[in-house]
Amino acid sequence: MERVAIIGVGQTKYERNKKGETFADLVFEVVTKALDDAGIAIEDIDNVVTVSNDFWDGRTISSMAVTDACGSYGKSVSTVEGDGTFGALYGLMRLLSGSFRSTLVVSHCKGSEGSNHFITNAIFNPIYERIIGLDSISSSALQARRYTEKYGITEEQCALVSVKNHKNALNNPFAQIAMDISAEDVMNSRMLSEPIKLFDSSPISDGACAIILADERMAKRVATSPVWVKGIGHSADAYNLGDRDLAEPAALIRAAQKAYNMAGIKEPYKEIDVAEIYDAFTYQELLWSEGLGFCERGKGGKLIESGETTMGGKLPINPSGGVLSAHPVLVAGLARIAEITIQLREEGNGRQVDGAKTGLAHGINGACGQAHCVWVLEN
Amino acid sequence: MSKQKYPLLTISSEIEQPYNYSLGRYGGRLLKELKHNKKIVGIKCPKCGHVYVPPRQVCGKCFVKMDEFAEISNKGNLESFTVVYFSFLDPETGQKRPVPYGYGRIKLDGADSGFLHFLEESDLKKLKIGMRVEAVFDENRTGNFKDIKYFKITKERNPS
Ligand SMILES: [Zn+2]
Repeated sequence: MERVAIIGVGQTKYERNKKGETFADLVFEVVTKALDDAGIAIEDIDNVVTVSNDFWDGRTISSMAVTDACGSYGKSVSTVEGDGTFGALYGLMRLLSGSFRSTLVVSHCKGSEGSNHFITNAIFNPIYERIIGLDSISSSALQARRYTEKYGITEEQCALVSVKNHKNALNNPFAQIAMDISAEDVMNSRMLSEPIKLFDSSPISDGACAIILADERMAKRVATSPVWVKGIGHSADAYNLGDRDLAEPAALIRAAQKAYNMAGIKEPYKEIDVAEIYDAFTYQELLWSEGLGFCERGKGGKLIESGETTMGGKLPINPSGGVLSAHPVLVAGLARIAEITIQLREEGNGRQVDGAKTGLAHGINGACGQAHCVWVLEN
Repeated sequence: MSKQKYPLLTISSEIEQPYNYSLGRYGGRLLKELKHNKKIVGIKCPKCGHVYVPPRQVCGKCFVKMDEFAEISNKGNLESFTVVYFSFLDPETGQKRPVPYGYGRIKLDGADSGFLHFLEESDLKKLKIGMRVEAVFDENRTGNFKDIKYFKITKERNPS
């Protein structure tokens, strides 16, 4: 693959009820930040990918409603409906086509303006699963139960993910929910849908994120510390929840293998220094860690207990606080890429993993992680 | 311009979009059988032999068309379940959805895929993975997936 670098990133603070800003305001904020970060002007961008979803925006063709704010006037703009990691993947492919030198990828979402229950209920087949009212929380609860029972993952092991990530969030100025809590606090929090409790769940969030990708020539010309894309992989699983064994992250295993092959990684747990993964619920960090090959199948609970995924451990996971600490849907995967970029530039301040050379960012799309996108980045 | 502070405002609006979703020949057969015969039908892949329920045209793994319908039992094993405690305004009733209520993922006898549906309210405290459950049908069936009211724990041998 031609060498492609991330040369700029921008994030809003993630919050509930960002009433002071419209979607376009959020997009303008992060595009401006990413351009400043890259040290370039909007004229230097020749390709724009916007990421949004019509149900979350409450309007059709929502991706075209932010053209002013993302500076895509007169440029080649194309749109992705899905997680930001997939938007970035598409941006990367357009760059690799050789037709463009730079790509701006921007994603926005305001979870607080719509209803999470009704919007995520609309993921499902209207005739069978939607009509019985399943949504993101209750479907994930079925996955959590299946996974934890199949492999003997305990409630406390899941709670430890919440403790770790919410504590990490105290060092991330963009995080929404940052707090120092105990495993007991998590286990005593309000039950939402067994076995998922309030502190096992990510919040409703508003925010936006932008990244700028550049080909090697441009990256070397403008960037002082480019972060290089070393490997990428993506894979999807069956749509119907009934067709999948929800305890087996088959699509993620395939996506990770592709990314590792491309990056030349053989032992991910040893070779990756820091990871930002899509923990919409506590059990997901454990299940996705297994899928990413950070531990053996069924050993996600032991991995969190080992303490090696906390700051200072062998492989810190979600130093930013992860998705548990801010969950702007669609934006969250792109924010994982932005956070790894910050890590590999050693600009993480309080959340910096010392000497991070190789990082991994991960995003999901669809109910219960139907599709996964894995990025391996290097400084 | 005055220096007065303006409050941050929101405008409330709802979008209601009517749809007529086609069931297709496969889904139509399932719902007709539910309504008239209280039977669940699935479909078998001619290549890998996997039996899917609800029935649909394509086996995703083999990418082949399926046309051999198979009768599936009304009973099966509970593979996963959840009990939901959060409520929301139910557009069907205009009322808050009463809680708690349960969902199960059931491996019906004769099917290879899982089947998702409600679980009987009085069973919610007794649920265990691997339990035998059976479908309970509504008296007034309309050709809708909810012609199955819920699944309840069977009287047959069950892990205690
Ligand atoms: Zn097949």
